[in-house]
Order: sequence, then structure tokens, then C-alpha cells
Amino acid sequence: MLAFILRRLAGTVLVLLTVSVFVFGFVRLLPGDPARLVAGPDATAEDVAAVRADLGLEGPVWRQYVRYIGQTLRGDLGRSAKTRQPVIAEIGARFMPTLWLTLVAMGWSTLFGLAVGVLSGVKRGRWEDQTAMVLAVSGVSFPSFWLGLLLIDLFSVRLGWLPTGGDDDWRSFVLPSITLGAGVAAVLARFTRSAFVEVAGEDYVRTARAKGVPERGVIWKHALRNALIPVVTMIGLEFGFLLGGSIVVETVFSWPGLGRLLVDSVSFRDYPVIQAEILLFSTEFVLINLVVDVLYAVVNPEIRLR
Amino acid sequence: MRGLSVEFGSGVERVTAVRGLDLDVRAGETVAIVGESGSGKSVTSLAITRLIEHAGGKIASGRIGFTGRDGRVRDLATETPESMRRLRGPELAMVFQEPMTSLNPVLRIGEQIAEAVMLHQGVGHAEAMAEARRMLERVRIPEAQRQLTRYPFQLSGGMRQRVMIAMALSCRPRLLIADEPTTALDVTVQAQVLRLMASLQRELGMGLMFITHDMGVVAEIADRVVVMRNGEKVEEGTAERIFDAPEHPYTRALLAAVPALGSLATERLPVPFEVPDGPSPKPQDTVRGSPVLEVRDLVTRFDVRRGIFGRLAGRIHAVEHVSFDLRPGETLAMVGESGCGKSTTGRSIIRLEQPQDGTIRLAGRNVTQLDGPTEKLLHRTIQYVFQDPFASLDPRLTVGFSIAEPIRTHRLLAGAAVEQQVHALLEQVGLTAQHAQRYPHELSGGQRQRVCIARALASEPRVIIADEAVAALDVSIRAQVVNLMMDLQSRFGVAYLFITHDMAVVERIAHRVAVMYLGQIVEIGPRQSVMEDPRHPYTRRLLAAVPVPDPRRRWREQEVDDSEVPSPLRAIGDLPNIEPLVEVGPDHFVARHRVGGLY
Repeated sequence: MLAFILRRLAGTVLVLLTVSVFVFGFVRLLPGDPARLVAGPDATAEDVAAVRADLGLEGPVWRQYVRYIGQTLRGDLGRSAKTRQPVIAEIGARFMPTLWLTLVAMGWSTLFGLAVGVLSGVKRGRWEDQTAMVLAVSGVSFPSFWLGLLLIDLFSVRLGWLPTGGDDDWRSFVLPSITLGAGVAAVLARFTRSAFVEVAGEDYVRTARAKGVPERGVIWKHALRNALIPVVTMIGLEFGFLLGGSIVVETVFSWPGLGRLLVDSVSFRDYPVIQAEILLFSTEFVLINLVVDVLYAVVNPEIRLR
Repeated sequence: MRGLSVEFGSGVERVTAVRGLDLDVRAGETVAIVGESGSGKSVTSLAITRLIEHAGGKIASGRIGFTGRDGRVRDLATETPESMRRLRGPELAMVFQEPMTSLNPVLRIGEQIAEAVMLHQGVGHAEAMAEARRMLERVRIPEAQRQLTRYPFQLSGGMRQRVMIAMALSCRPRLLIADEPTTALDVTVQAQVLRLMASLQRELGMGLMFITHDMGVVAEIADRVVVMRNGEKVEEGTAERIFDAPEHPYTRALLAAVPALGSLATERLPVPFEVPDGPSPKPQDTVRGSPVLEVRDLVTRFDVRRGIFGRLAGRIHAVEHVSFDLRPGETLAMVGESGCGKSTTGRSIIRLEQPQDGTIRLAGRNVTQLDGPTEKLLHRTIQYVFQDPFASLDPRLTVGFSIAEPIRTHRLLAGAAVEQQVHALLEQVGLTAQHAQRYPHELSGGQRQRVCIARALASEPRVIIADEAVAALDVSIRAQVVNLMMDLQSRFGVAYLFITHDMAVVERIAHRVAVMYLGQIVEIGPRQSVMEDPRHPYTRRLLAAVPVPDPRRRWREQEVDDSEVPSPLRAIGDLPNIEPLVEVGPDHFVARHRVGGLY
């Protein structure tokens, strides 16, 4: 198991180095002089030189890369072109709100998605299954900006129960996390259902029944654990996507997270922030995949012990 | 069981799988239910335990009287689901065909056995695990304590089936239903498992209902035999009576199609199966000319990597210095058990696997190193027929397209001539031109395998490698397909490399036999002399394990060798002991491994 994790970690480092090359090359591949582009049309020669130094565009390329990696490892991601604040501080402030929102959304949608998926799988073809699958198709097909606006209209404007935006207390989490998690819950429900239906037809499920295991045990002990093997991968992928911060949901609910930061920095051409965000998203994604692979090995002994 | 009928589906789609079946199994008695696919034998077994309801079927009528341990007689057809659940395990137990898939892959062996013990005997976890260990010892699994914590994928097929049996017997059931429990196992393992089941049955005094399609196994184990066909019982009687004087024509046809090892002991050449009301078959004297395929010192090994950096941890020595010739019109049977390297040999010849060493000559040309022209020659001259006719035809393509593909690939014909050729091929394999429009799912297993043979013939090959090509077919269909292959050989002079584990089919079809063990050919020679005078200890063990369809000859071997075939996985640098083949008779060669010291 340890060897497995170490091997995966080594692979992770390799992926991150590759990503860093892309992020590093991204500014250098921009047409024209990125320093002038960032400094703006009215900038003086000194301003441009300062920006160039700031962006780390001086000296031979390999030395620039080594410097970039060194700074990145020390947590120095440069300064935002817009606010002149260190990028790490900008991102740090936005990271926690996105993380919390993601955790809450993933939490409810995983529980709900799995429960609905298993219910549909067990009651295959009956009204419970059909209702659940209609809901799931709706969950996937509703655009989140529209769902978000509908929820605000109903619960905030008409009923006045919940705030329309911001991240003040638990009440402000409710609507954005529902909006964010609806699609995930729907995808997970459908996925769990099909995995469950497939496993329910396996020989070992028949074996469990043949030795007199109660139906509850057949479902939860014998079928679900096997059905979860593919679902775990799915959960990890969804989690990775959400952690990037949802541009739509954060905009609709004025949520001060990474999604909105990305929109702001792109519209302002704030390259240091964009670079840092790409690096952050990639790191998150790769780490989550690592966790998923480890979890995969936990539920599947064949991977763990091979 | 009286008047049992089982149905699937409802309304117009209703299908009756079992119709008005009467059946008795007494305590301590073994009743074999035999029949081919679709006879309703498995459905009957699922009906008794009422697991049929989870498979989409239901008992439509009839009663199943079952006398429990407490002496009470229950009607299993009408018991509540909860009461049935309580009976499954302590009173009624089942062992299924596929040991590979019948155990839960994510739970440890010990937990899976202990689960039933805890459920039905109300004991704690520790006590149940102790009982699980005793059961593993009882089914003769070595190092039982250590096996408790292992997962199913870490055990061989034979060991898994022992675990299944241990699990089924852990609550000392009154009736054990075994549905093709040895079909997926090698013959030597099958012999071990059959003897184990018989001795446990005597010990526990339980009734045993044994479902099988294999008349050899029936003769080995059954007291009474019930023959089923299309959901109905066609004949019933003691094993001796059924084998000596079968009354129903279907039973007679079934027994005639069973290849009995030794029936061609006095015949040098292969002979097709007898066809009811057909002319008596003639010996197959078709071998002509110099070798079309010459294989010398073929070696195929697979690297096994482990650890953080994928360090080379060992090699699977799948094929080790295999040499043989194949002449036009000849059938060389390659026999041996799972993992012996017989399939890898075939796959290495057509380069589905990359051999590390050796030379392959085809019609006198060296095709060891493939370039454009030799690759074309190889793939046109050698064709392959695989075991599973369900999986080896593309379900989205018509049969005609699949057969036409090699003709088009090798540009043998063009335009309307292709279609005519496809029709001709279909007729040659006993189908009709109309079958070209069909999709594989519309055909039966036997028809699909005929299509695979037609596809193999399409490129006018000189050699066909048939890898367990008849193993998945019912006995009567198997006989037909074997006869078809022999007929095609006499007409076109095609040579077969016939890879199989079934010794009885080998006796019918082969001119020569090569016995493989752990990647090596340990014995090769004319079929008659290898089978009647086996010289290598492994060949003898293999032949002794083949069940004979004659109940009077059962248990002819006193004790079966309980050992498992060792693994072909070896450490780096640890090379297997390869003995040269020594001629012991005309064209009959044996590797002189010291007995027991083979590995």
C-alpha cells in the first residue's frame, strides 16, 4: 500500500512539473511584449522594465524557469497587476470561501446522489426509480445560472428566508451549495444506479442470497461496496471541477471565491493571477486524483495487493 | 417436487422454462440432472431455493416438499421470502459454476464463510472465524489459517471452488444443490473436487442434487439420473440403467455424442462422430506432403513488474522452447491445463503475443521477423478460431460482413464475387446464404461458431489455429462442429493446431498430440501411442483424471493427487529445467523429467 502511494506521488510530481512548464511558457508565448501589454499603452519605459522584472521575464529562458520554480516553491507567485498585492494573498483570501462552498455542495450531493442511486437501483423500473431518474435528468439539464436565479427569486425575494448573496453565515451557504451541487447529485445518482444495477446481477450477489443473507446485507455489504468502485472515481472528478470555483454560481450569488477572481483577472489581463490560478487548479486536481486512486485501492483489494 | 412449472416474463412474452417436473432427492442420495443449454436444469435448481425470483422468474405451479432438520415438511413453492431466507444456508445450500465470479471480490475469504455461520448459528465473530478455518481444513485447503485473510483473486480456480463448497457446507445443509460446480475447472482439479464433494456428502449424510451437462461427471458421481430437455423430464433412472439401457431417443443421442476416452484405442487415424441414421464415419487419412508450419524453440515470457519503480520482479515463462511441425491436412492437438502455455503458443505464432526467441517457418518461408510481405502471408495463411463464439463476433456487424472482411482485406476477390464467396462459405459450414444478413445475436452458439469457422476459411488459409473452439458448445453441437472441421480438412487439406483441454475430443480429431506443462511440450507423438502408452508422468496424471462415462468404472483411481500445478511465474535468473525430447517410439517423443522433480 505504501509503495502504491509513493509510486503515485512520484507520478504526481511529474505531472505538476509539466504543468509548471506550461504555466511558465504561457506568458512567454503571448504575442508581442507581455510586459508592455500588462503595463498598458501609456506606460513609460521604466514602468515596462519594472513590469518585466516583476513578471520574471529577464535573462535566458532556462534561468527564468529555475527562478520561477524557486519562487513558486517559496510561495512567491508575484504581484497582482491590478491590486499590486502579492498573488498568494489574493488567492489565499479567495480560496477558503470556494473550498467551503465546494465541501458543503459535495457533501450533500454525494450523500443524496448515492442514496437516490441505490434506491433507484433496488426499485428498478418502479415508480421510485422513475421519479428519481426524472429528477436526475432535470438536475443535469437545468443550467445553474437559471436554477440559481429561480432559487433567489423564490427563497430570497418572495419568501425572504435566505440571503441573496455573500458569505456571512450558514444561511448564505444554502442556495449556492444547492445550485452548485444539483448537477453533481444528478450525475452521481445516475452513475450509482447503473453501477448498482450491474453489480446486482453479479454471481456473488446471488451467492450472498444463497447463503441466506438478509436483503439489507445483500445491498449494503455485498452489492454497494462493489458498486462504489467506479463511483469513487466519479466523485473525485466532480470534486476537482468544483474546487476550481464555479464562475456562474459565484457570480450569481456574489460569492467571494476563486471563480470570480478568475473572471476579474481575465477581464483585467492580470497574468500573474491567472498563472497562479492555473497552477492551483492543476495541483488541486492532481492531488484529488491521487486521493481517489488511494481510495480506489482501499475499496478494491485487487489493486491494493497486486 | 411435484408438477413444478417455472415461468419468466408475463403476458405475450411469457416463457415456460420448466414444465410439470416431478423429482425426488433422498437424504444421502446424489441425483444428477443432465441436459443441454435451455433444458431448464439450472432454472429448476434456482426454483428450489426460490432465487429464481431474483432472476426474473416465478414458480407458476406445483409444490416442492422439503423435510427440514426438525422433521417438518414445508412447501418451498409457497413459503414466505423471509422463511426461505432462513432455510438458505442451514437447510438448503448451493454451489455455482463460476468460482471466479461467485465469491465477492472485495471481502476476505474468512469473512465470507463466517458470515453464513454468524447468520444462522447465532455465534460471535471469533467463533465463526474458527469454524471457517475448520471448514477450509475440511475441504483440504492448505494453510487454512492464512487463507482466511486472503481475497478471492489471490486463489486459483480450484481453491475458490473449495471455498465455495466450504461456505455452502458451513451450516451442514440437508440438501446441497451444485450447479455445474466443476465445469470451469481443469480435469485434474475437477477430479479432486468431485471426490471431495462425494466424501463430504457421505460424512454429512446430505442429499446432493448435481446439475451438469457432462455425462462423464454424471457417471462418476450420480446414484440416479434425471435427463431434461426443453423444460421437461424425458427420462429418469439409476445411473447404471441410464448408461446401459437408455430408453428415450434423446438420452441415446446425448450418450452417443459423449466422446468416451478409449473408444478409438485400436484406430490409428481420427474418426468423426457417428451421426444418428447417417453413414458410419470413415477414418481421416488426410496428412500429405512436407510441413506447412515449422516452429522451433519458441519462447514467450511476460515480465512481471512490482514496487515503486516498477522493478522487474519475475517472469511468467508461458512458452519455453516449444518446437513442432504441422503438415497439410494434419491436426495437432495441443493439450494441457489452464496456464500451461497452450494458448500463448498459438497467439505467439500469429503474433498476438511477441515471442522472445525461436523461429517460425510457414510454407518454407521464415516468418519470424515480420516485414510487409511476410506479415501479409502470415495473416492470410494462418487463421484463428476462438473459444467464445459470443464474444468473437462483432455484435454490430452482420455475419456476412464479418466473413467478407478477410476476403476484402487480402484482396482475394472484388465486387459481387465477394458476396457469392460469402454465400458459398456459409453453405460449406452448414448454414444458408440467408444467414449473411443476420446479426450474431440472432444465431445460436453452434451457428456462431460455424460463422467463425467460415470467417477463418475466407482467406483460404493453410493452417487454422482453433483455440478451445468447441469448449463452449453443448455436447451434441460439439460433435457436429468437430465433424464439420474434419470434413473441411478432408476437402481442403487445411491443417489444424487444435488447442484444447478436452481429451475425449482430442481422441476424435487429432492425428498427433502435444502435451504441454508449464510452458513446455513434455510429450508429443501420434495420438494413438500418446494416449494408449503415455510416457510422461504428467500425461498419465492428465489422462487418469478424465471422467469416463461408465458408472461401473468410477473411482478407478484410489487416491487423486491433491497437489496444484505450480506457477509458471519465476524469479529473474531462475530458469526452468528444460529437458530435451527423447524418441521413445516411432515419432513419439518425451521429455525425460525425473518424476516429481519436474520443477
